Amino acid sequence: MATITAQMGTERVNYLNVRTTVASWLLTLDHKRIGILYLVGITFFFLLGSIAAAFVRLELSTPKGDLLSSDTYNKMFTLHGVIMIFLFLIPSIPASFGNFVLPMMIGARDVAFPRLNLLSWYFFMIGGLLATIATVKGGIDTGWTFYTPYSSAFAKGEVSLALVGVFLVGFSSIFTGINFLVTIHKMRAPGMTWFRLPLFVWAMYATSLIQVLGTPVVAITLLLVAVERSFGIGIFDPNRGGDPILFQHLFWFYSHPAVYIMIVPGMGVISEVIATFSRRRVFGYHFVAFSSLAIAIIGFLVWGHHMFTTGQSIYAGIVFSFLTFIVAIPSAIKTFNWMATIWKGRVHWDAPMVYALGFLGLFVIGGLTGLHLSSMATNVHLTDTYFVVAHFHYVMVGGAIMAYLAALHYWWPKMTGRMYPQSWAKLSALMVFVGFNLTFFPQFILGYMGMPRRYHSYPEEWWALNLLSSAGSSILAVGYLLPAIYLTWSLKYGRIAEKNPWGARGLEWELVDTLPHPHNFERVPIVTRAAYDYTHPEEPTAIYPSPRPAYVGGGGKDG
Amino acid sequence: MWNIPFFPPTASKEGEAISVLYWTISWLAIFFGAIVLFGAIYLAVKYRASNEAARRDDAVETDMKLELTWTLVPLVLALVIFGWAAKLYADIYAPREGAYEVFVIGKQWMWHCQHPNGVRENNELHLPAGRLIKVTAISQDVIHAFSIPAFRVKRDVVPGRYNTMFFTPTQPGKYHLFCTEYCGTKHSEMIGWVYVMPPEEFEKWLAGGGAAAAPTAMSLEEQGKQVFEGIGGCNTCHMNPMYKAPDLRGLFGKKVKLADGSTVVADEAYIRESILNPAAKVVAGYQAAMPAYQGVLSEEQVVQLIAYIKSLANQKPAGGQ
Repeated sequence: MATITAQMGTERVNYLNVRTTVASWLLTLDHKRIGILYLVGITFFFLLGSIAAAFVRLELSTPKGDLLSSDTYNKMFTLHGVIMIFLFLIPSIPASFGNFVLPMMIGARDVAFPRLNLLSWYFFMIGGLLATIATVKGGIDTGWTFYTPYSSAFAKGEVSLALVGVFLVGFSSIFTGINFLVTIHKMRAPGMTWFRLPLFVWAMYATSLIQVLGTPVVAITLLLVAVERSFGIGIFDPNRGGDPILFQHLFWFYSHPAVYIMIVPGMGVISEVIATFSRRRVFGYHFVAFSSLAIAIIGFLVWGHHMFTTGQSIYAGIVFSFLTFIVAIPSAIKTFNWMATIWKGRVHWDAPMVYALGFLGLFVIGGLTGLHLSSMATNVHLTDTYFVVAHFHYVMVGGAIMAYLAALHYWWPKMTGRMYPQSWAKLSALMVFVGFNLTFFPQFILGYMGMPRRYHSYPEEWWALNLLSSAGSSILAVGYLLPAIYLTWSLKYGRIAEKNPWGARGLEWELVDTLPHPHNFERVPIVTRAAYDYTHPEEPTAIYPSPRPAYVGGGGKDG
Repeated sequence: MWNIPFFPPTASKEGEAISVLYWTISWLAIFFGAIVLFGAIYLAVKYRASNEAARRDDAVETDMKLELTWTLVPLVLALVIFGWAAKLYADIYAPREGAYEVFVIGKQWMWHCQHPNGVRENNELHLPAGRLIKVTAISQDVIHAFSIPAFRVKRDVVPGRYNTMFFTPTQPGKYHLFCTEYCGTKHSEMIGWVYVMPPEEFEKWLAGGGAAAAPTAMSLEEQGKQVFEGIGGCNTCHMNPMYKAPDLRGLFGKKVKLADGSTVVADEAYIRESILNPAAKVVAGYQAAMPAYQGVLSEEQVVQLIAYIKSLANQKPAGGQ
């Protein structure tokens, strides 16, 4: 550390300039750098998944299957699903922003297990690349759900390789979950009690619980599919004495909670952003905090709602349907509390807030159409149609990606030390909102009319709505491309950010430098106030105790 | 292209009931969605930082009454919808007697339908209006799903198990039939049509052998008898006094005692399993001597055999077997 301080001369040491070699990035143990590594990785996969989506929408702009062969089309939607779910949405907010800000938020110098953190990134990249190689080597056409016995006994292609890739990615998710749980339990700064935590931390805690408890189940399940493919052991294939429905139980036991891995961190971001830009403590803090935990726990008990038409017993279905209605309530509680936070706030319409309002609009449509699907009788009609496609895109793209973009715009000054052009950012938020609705709202109508998912061609009478959807997706694409352009521009030309450009409360804004020091804080801070204390702007949330340096210049070997 | 429909036709009793539920939920969703979307924007504009006129000094950080309101109101509404939807769901899937029974077999990538009188159809299904229909479906390979949007019903068609559903078509007409569970390359070509006909027209159609040029000579159970005595060779042992194999007369629907001491009802699933994998459930007092017919008989032939064994339900078993 002593050397670091010396070499920097006048410029303050921060996590970016402390070392700049490629090796210093690839071997870094700094949670902030690992967050950036994840951000780069998931951006790459998002691009790949978007290209696949573009082919799907292009094909569907005419009723006949004319642009791609049916085989290629099936590989495209599989590629889109596998990449977007496992390689983008699941790691998106937790692994990038969670890694970057969570330790700062609780006053810690890093996560509990920095080496495990780096290992998780390597597992993620290797798994992701294996899945990508499987695609390049001939592709897989099972859909991201890998339903048996199609995936285990019928599908050709590199299914096993892709499964191993997803298996590895699952481990990276488990590692991140374990790391955050231990970090939140053990590394909170003195005075940072559970109910002083920012709600993003509560959301990450709930998410980590799901990652740790759920992911092993899907990892083993996918491995069993690979084993059945390779060795012909009858687990899921009825011709070998297996049960194909067993796969669905195991798969959804994880993959339904996985939906909450994607959305709960987003909800955490929205709590932060709405509080900051309304200059007001999140209304009903305890309700919002516990609703995250309620979602995580009840979310484990609803998987059977994916299987109302499979032939599961009516009574089992009734229980799953009931619990599904119950799990919707915590989301409703959050939504109303966010509105109440804006109410009597002092609202600043900066770009992150515009994204957060966009989140509210899209998420509420996604959530409310969940009622059609949790109702058993309407579910029978709507399941496996475009209604479901529209519903989960509203939640996971409308909701989760809007929150992701809100997070990106909110913490961008902290990550890069630069500001971006506000008006462009607001324009892009508007384009995403409009483009998104044009793309996916017609799909609700198509779904109600019965258009099945994963269809390469469809009856003529559904042409107009599909064309509208495809046209909307091009607006959506521009909305997603704009931030890539102006954010990259801002890295060099953006205005230098102040330490706390949004006037936010929270340790990462009040104590940490504009570009954080490698160890975040000069010394272990002492937290004196709860999160979001906007009613006492003169009182800091946390202070440094007596001036004895704890980390910096102490002559330690780390860093 | 410009004749754009926004709603599916509604052509079954169940479909009418489900549509009412669908639109009730939709209007509730529109109501609450509008509150959140416009409410949030309204609040964010009204309480914008530059608007000093807005009153903020009475703001509170939490309010138990408000929290309870927006927890309990959605909860009660949700539970009402839950119960309503569960009831309609049971109407589709709960087993009952007296239906016109159609067997559906799904395979990559076609639908094969069998009427009780032996008429077969591919990718088409003709049904009488006004009569309760029971569909019993099974797949020969991967999972498919049998979906008729105009009826608002759907059932997964799973290999190795008979899935059933019930509905009552009401409006004569021609309706889409889709496979809605992804089943491989030509998933989107696994489609067809359902024709609902007035009852008397349907009877005429059925008696005339359906779409086939000549009337079908044999009913489903007669076809089953043919398999029983022909390719299956079942009669070599069953119902042959020379061999000690369970007598199949009077079997269907009865309780059967198994070698392991448990009992099982002789339904379609049990009979299918006992044909394809006889060792799975051995009848008490018998050896597991029967060869497995897995891979030997097609699902169509198994369906025919079951129809035949069903037709023996009212006969008396010979001797003391």
